Amino acid sequence: MVEEMKVEKEYLMIKMPEEIDHHNSVEIGKRADRFILSEKIEHVVFDFEKTRFMDSSGIGILIGRYKRISCFGGKVFAVHADRQIKRLLLLSGLEKIVEIMD
Amino acid sequence: MNNNEMKLEFDAISENEGFARVAVAAFITPLNPTLEEINDVKTAVSEAVTNAIIHGYEEKGGKITIRCHISGDFLTLIVEDKGKGIEDIDKAMEPLFTTRPDMDRSGMGFAFMEAFMDNLEVESKPGEGCRIIMEKKLGLSPWIEQEEETVRESIHSR
Repeated sequence: MVEEMKVEKEYLMIKMPEEIDHHNSVEIGKRADRFILSEKIEHVVFDFEKTRFMDSSGIGILIGRYKRISCFGGKVFAVHADRQIKRLLLLSGLEKIVEIMD
Repeated sequence: MNNNEMKLEFDAISENEGFARVAVAAFITPLNPTLEEINDVKTAVSEAVTNAIIHGYEEKGGKITIRCHISGDFLTLIVEDKGKGIEDIDKAMEPLFTTRPDMDRSGMGFAFMEAFMDNLEVESKPGEGCRIIMEKKLGLSPWIEQEEETVRESIHSR
């Protein structure tokens, strides 16, 4: 399954795939960056509704996008994260830089 | 089941990350682990294998060996590479430390292995590869939020 990305106003919405690891995370980051550079993106929303597995590569994607947009006042959101993914986000301390919402 | 063992050798390419964690998950299934435990082990395998691919072999390929040993409800998991090894293991294990921020690595690999397994040991010398030994008691569901909070606090107070 491939992640789907679309732009809604100043938000980039990314539907994350079922599994997120190093193998697919590099491409997700690159694709997101192309949107961030070419469109008027302020905020990025990562939707984990379909995601059943993630490792630290997923954390890297979020931190990487935060670095790119936060200097212009942009925010990163994580939505629909299940219990397991929330554990990873919290263990990494991401709640300090990412808005975690259900 | 009392004792069981398996050994897996595969190419250090990212395509095999998913294969490795699913293979280990399948191997431990007879122990009736909880979903959470399966996810913990899968995450730990994924971190160890990714570490070998990116850091050990610097994405130039090589072989990764995984050995799994089950004794009663106790899992020992050894992930080994013959790559460049780790210069400073203590530094490498610090949460959020990464040698590759350029490629969006979070530096949480070892921290996750430590958090999701009961025990973690890393043996490595520069030029001599890396061996990661992890242990976990399964089928207990000992996931206590209190414990998790303690781990989290210890990570971020460092």
